[in-house]
Amino acid sequence: MTATRAIIADGSLPRLPQHVKLRFDQRRNRWIVLAPERVLMPDDVALEILKRCDGATSVSAIIESLAEVYEASAEEIGEDVAELLQDLADKGFVQL
Amino acid sequence: MTGPAALAPEPPLAMLVELTHRCPLRCPYCSNPIELERRGQELDTAAWRDVLDQAAALGVLQVHFSGGEPTARPDLEDLVEHAAGLGLYTNLITAGVLLDEARVGRLAAAGLDHVQLSFQDSAPAESDRIAGYQGGYRRKIAAAGWIRAAGLPLTLNAPVHRHNIEHLEAIIELAVELGAERIEVAHVQYYGWGLKNRAALIPTRAQLARATEVVEAATERLKGVLVFDYVVPDYYAHRPKACMGGWARQFLNVTPSGKVLPCHAAETIPGLAFERVSERGLAEIWADSPAFLRFRGTDWMPEPCASCERREIDWGGCRCQALAILGDAAQTDPACGLSPHHAALVALAEAESDREPPAFEYRQMTRPEPVEA
Repeated sequence: MTATRAIIADGSLPRLPQHVKLRFDQRRNRWIVLAPERVLMPDDVALEILKRCDGATSVSAIIESLAEVYEASAEEIGEDVAELLQDLADKGFVQL
Repeated sequence: MTGPAALAPEPPLAMLVELTHRCPLRCPYCSNPIELERRGQELDTAAWRDVLDQAAALGVLQVHFSGGEPTARPDLEDLVEHAAGLGLYTNLITAGVLLDEARVGRLAAAGLDHVQLSFQDSAPAESDRIAGYQGGYRRKIAAAGWIRAAGLPLTLNAPVHRHNIEHLEAIIELAVELGAERIEVAHVQYYGWGLKNRAALIPTRAQLARATEVVEAATERLKGVLVFDYVVPDYYAHRPKACMGGWARQFLNVTPSGKVLPCHAAETIPGLAFERVSERGLAEIWADSPAFLRFRGTDWMPEPCASCERREIDWGGCRCQALAILGDAAQTDPACGLSPHHAALVALAEAESDREPPAFEYRQMTRPEPVEA
């Protein structure tokens, strides 16, 4: 987390902080996110977003990539993706 | 085959590991049982490593190293490293007063993922008085600095009750200053020492309402800076908390001597026998220990719980609370507005909070009985 709230922008490079872990749980046969005293069970869309938060891919690029996967336009999905990323950042799961 | 044993339950998400019940602090709200387990009863390092192995195999995702005070154990680094090696996410739940910079460094190097550090109040004298420990506050401030310097995420845990509820703004400010990324504003729950001291701790309804206002405003103002985890005291609620996420559903608790419990207060319930890790495997205990089966799911529920639309939301509230208030762990939690005993619970809370608080009965080990020489 930062001293002031980080606001998402097209050029932001979201990444998972070191203490937030995204991985596949064999036992439950699903992807999970582990964070301080919290476990997230992301749905398919959130998972695709989280997988792309590698600190080197911009928000615009993430949206473009997802637009391809979901056969939608960047305009159609861009706002929702940005909103989800902002929410994940506000909760400490993602760093912008 | 019918009944809860027919289907293997989902594995637990998290395990609370009470490494010891020893603790230099004497907080009157402590959730540990009145009968604290003694040092001589504690599992050794090898036994704890085995518990961690079994937990990972069972599907536990997160371990909370707690107690008492887990840093009272010199093998903490060993156990953190072992847990990390198993892929378990590790949380240290600590008062911080026994830490030094080198130790924090070793814990970070061992792979510790996160630290939750308690503060009893927003200022030294008050904090130390509640903890029953002189100099604690200063040590906690130092610990917070070392934790952040080591690059570990920090959660500030603020147990809230009538003695510090008016200082919430200052406590929240402290969390921001210390670089915490989360704060748990945890109105104390009444179990163990907390139950014994309830009359000294319980706030008035008005105090609670004001506290909730403060937390809601701060949650909004500090969005993206500090994440809030707000736990309300359910004596004043309309519906009960989903205690532990439901009995034997998401969590298990291992005591210092290796007893496996569905929650830290479960031993208060008569007629339940709890098994030890020395006797049986963790997976077996989780799957079919009678104590774990007793209130798992919804089959055990009386009315109005059994046909309530919230039965898989709050899972019938808290068994230990039903026991403490009504003398019967199988009854509807009186914190629920649908319980015939709810009004009496609220009246009790109002009456106790209205009186001058009695003195704290500080947490302590019972003195051993003298032995004839």
